[in-house]
Amino acid sequence: MPAKRPKVAVFKFASCDGCQLSLLDAEDQLLAVAGAVEIANFPEASRRIVKGPYDIGLVEGSITTPHDVERIREIRKECRFLLTIGACATAGGIQALRNWKDVKEYTRLVYASPEYISTLDRSMPVGSYVHVDFELRGCPINKAQLLEVVNAALNKRKPTIPTHSVCMECKLRGTVCVLVAKQIPCLGPVTQAGCGALCPSYDRGCYGCFGPMENPNPPALSKRLVALGCDRRDVVLMYRGFNAYAEAFRKESDAHEK
Amino acid sequence: MYVVELNDLQGLFTALSQQGYTIIGPQVRNGALTFDRMTSVDELPRGWTDHQDGGMYSIARSGDDALFSYTVGPHSWKRFLFPARLRLFAARREGKGFAVDPPAATPAPPYAFIGVRACELAALDLQDRIFMSGQYADAHYTAIRSSAFIVAVNCGRGGGTCFCSSMGTGPKARDGFDLALTEIMDGERHAFLIETGSSRGKDARAAMQAREADPSEIARAAAVSRAAESTMGRALDTSGLAGILAENFEHQRWDDIAKRCLACANCTMVCPTCFCSTVEDVTDLTGDHAERWRRWDSCFTSDFTRVAGGNIRMSTRTRYRQWMMHKLSHWVEQFGSTGCVGCGRCITWCPVGIDITAEAAAIRGANVATTNG
Repeated sequence: MPAKRPKVAVFKFASCDGCQLSLLDAEDQLLAVAGAVEIANFPEASRRIVKGPYDIGLVEGSITTPHDVERIREIRKECRFLLTIGACATAGGIQALRNWKDVKEYTRLVYASPEYISTLDRSMPVGSYVHVDFELRGCPINKAQLLEVVNAALNKRKPTIPTHSVCMECKLRGTVCVLVAKQIPCLGPVTQAGCGALCPSYDRGCYGCFGPMENPNPPALSKRLVALGCDRRDVVLMYRGFNAYAEAFRKESDAHEK
Repeated sequence: MYVVELNDLQGLFTALSQQGYTIIGPQVRNGALTFDRMTSVDELPRGWTDHQDGGMYSIARSGDDALFSYTVGPHSWKRFLFPARLRLFAARREGKGFAVDPPAATPAPPYAFIGVRACELAALDLQDRIFMSGQYADAHYTAIRSSAFIVAVNCGRGGGTCFCSSMGTGPKARDGFDLALTEIMDGERHAFLIETGSSRGKDARAAMQAREADPSEIARAAAVSRAAESTMGRALDTSGLAGILAENFEHQRWDDIAKRCLACANCTMVCPTCFCSTVEDVTDLTGDHAERWRRWDSCFTSDFTRVAGGNIRMSTRTRYRQWMMHKLSHWVEQFGSTGCVGCGRCITWCPVGIDITAEAAAIRGANVATTNG
C-alpha cells in the first residue's frame, strides 16, 4: 500500500445522488477503499472536509447553471484525475429532456418568482465545459465499474471498462435475446455494456442507461423497431431517456420527430 | 445399427449419470431451446419445435410427441468447452516481483452432450483444430473436450435459417459422436435408431434395452434425414466462394451491409466456430493480488483491433467484411476448410436479420433480394 494515500473528493451537480451513493454501497469493499484512499471531501459520507488539491475527483451531475460552470472549472483545477460518473455527468441526464424545450417557460410555470432562477438553456455533460480524464457511464453507474476505475487509478493501470454493446453481455451470460425471441423493443444493440445486461435477464428490453456504444447504428435498429410495430413517437421516447442528449441517441430521436 | 424404444431411452441417461457424466441437453427456457443440466428424458423438449428466420426466433408446439423436432437454439456447445469467462491464473506480489499461483487443476466435469446436431459436430471439429492442435493447445478446452460424451441426434427437419447441406456438414451426422440417434415416429411407434461411433458409445448402447434394427427401421431413419435436407430454409453456393470474396474486397455491397449492421457482435457470440477471446487483468485495491481472465471477444468490437499506434479496423464495414471473409475465405487458406458450418445462428440472432447466405450471393453477383434491415 502506498505510504501516502491518494486524496479523493466527490462533487455533485444536477443529479439525484444515486451514483455517488454507489461508492457507499460498495459494501464488502468499502473498508478496503477507505483504507486505500483518503476520503478528503465527500459531504454525503463525512462532515470532515479537507481542502484540495485532490488526486482523484469524482463528479456527479450535469452542468445546468452559470454557477455550475464556474464551479466545475475550479474543481478541474483542483483535481489531478477527474472522473465523471453517471448519465447526468456524461450525457446531461434525464433533465436534458428540457434541452428540447424553452426552459424560461418552465421556470415561469414552476416558480412563484422566476426572476430568482438563474439557469442555462441546456443541461450538459461535464465534458462540454472541462477536460475529463475518464467518463463512467450508467444510470446509475455500476459500483463494480466504479471500483474498477478507482482500483486502476491506484494501481496505475488502464481500467477494464468495455465500450461494446449490451448484446455481448447478454450472450456472455447466456440470456436469450428478447428482441429476436420475443419481439420486445430493446436498445441493447446500440447501448454500451456495463450493467451486466440486467433488463433483458428480466425479460425487459434495454433502456439505454449506459448511453451509446462505441460504434452505434441507431438508424438500423430503429428500422427494426418500426417493423416490430413501434410508431415514430415510441421510437422518439425510447431514445429520450437518461442519455437523451448523448449525440447518437439525440440525432436518432430528432430524426423520428421531424 | 440398433433400435431403442422411447420408453427405454432413459437407460442411456441412467448409464451416463452412473458413469459420472454431467448431462447437458436441450430444454425449454425463457421461450427458447437452450442447453442446461438434466438427468432425465422427461426434461427433453417433448412436443416443442422452433421457427426461425432472419432476426426472428420462436418456439411452438409441434403437434406431436417428438423429443427433437427443434433445430438449433441460441446456445452452442462452445459455452461448455470454451467458457464465456475463464480465470487463467492468479498472481501475488512477492518482494519486488510477483509469484504466479498454479492454476487449479481443471476439475473437468465429464460432460455428456445430448442432442448434438450434425452442423454442431462439424463446429466441434473446427474448434478442436483451433484449440487442440499445435504448439499452443488450450489445456482447459482439451481436458473438457477429451472427456465429453457426444450423443448426436439427426435432424428431422431443416430450420428456416439452416444451410448445412450447402456446407457439407449435415443434416446427417457422419462421425465425431459416441452415439447418434435418429428419432423415428410411425403411428403409435416412437423409437430411436442408434449408431455407435466409439467403444464408449458401444458400452452405452449395451446399457440400454436396444436390439438390432431391421431394414425397414433403417430405411425409415434415412427418410428422416432426407426430410431435413428437403426442408432447409437457406442455401449457400460455396463454389469458388473463397476466391470470389477475395477478389471483391472493395465491393459496394460491404457499404450496403454497413448501413444495416449494428456491430453488436451477436453473430460472433452465437457462432459455434468463432473462437476469439481477450484477456483482462484485475487487481485488488492494494495491488498485491492480481488475476488474469479470458473472455469471449469479437472482431466487431473496437478494442479487438486496437494496436500500438491506432486501430486497424475503424468502421463497421471493415469489421463485417473481416468476419465474413474470415469465415468463408481466409479460413480456407488457414485451415483448409470454411469456418462456417451452416447452422444459421448468425442469421436468426442478428437483431436486424443480416443473412450471410444472401450477402455472399450478392457479392457473387447472383440475383438476390435483400431480406431484412
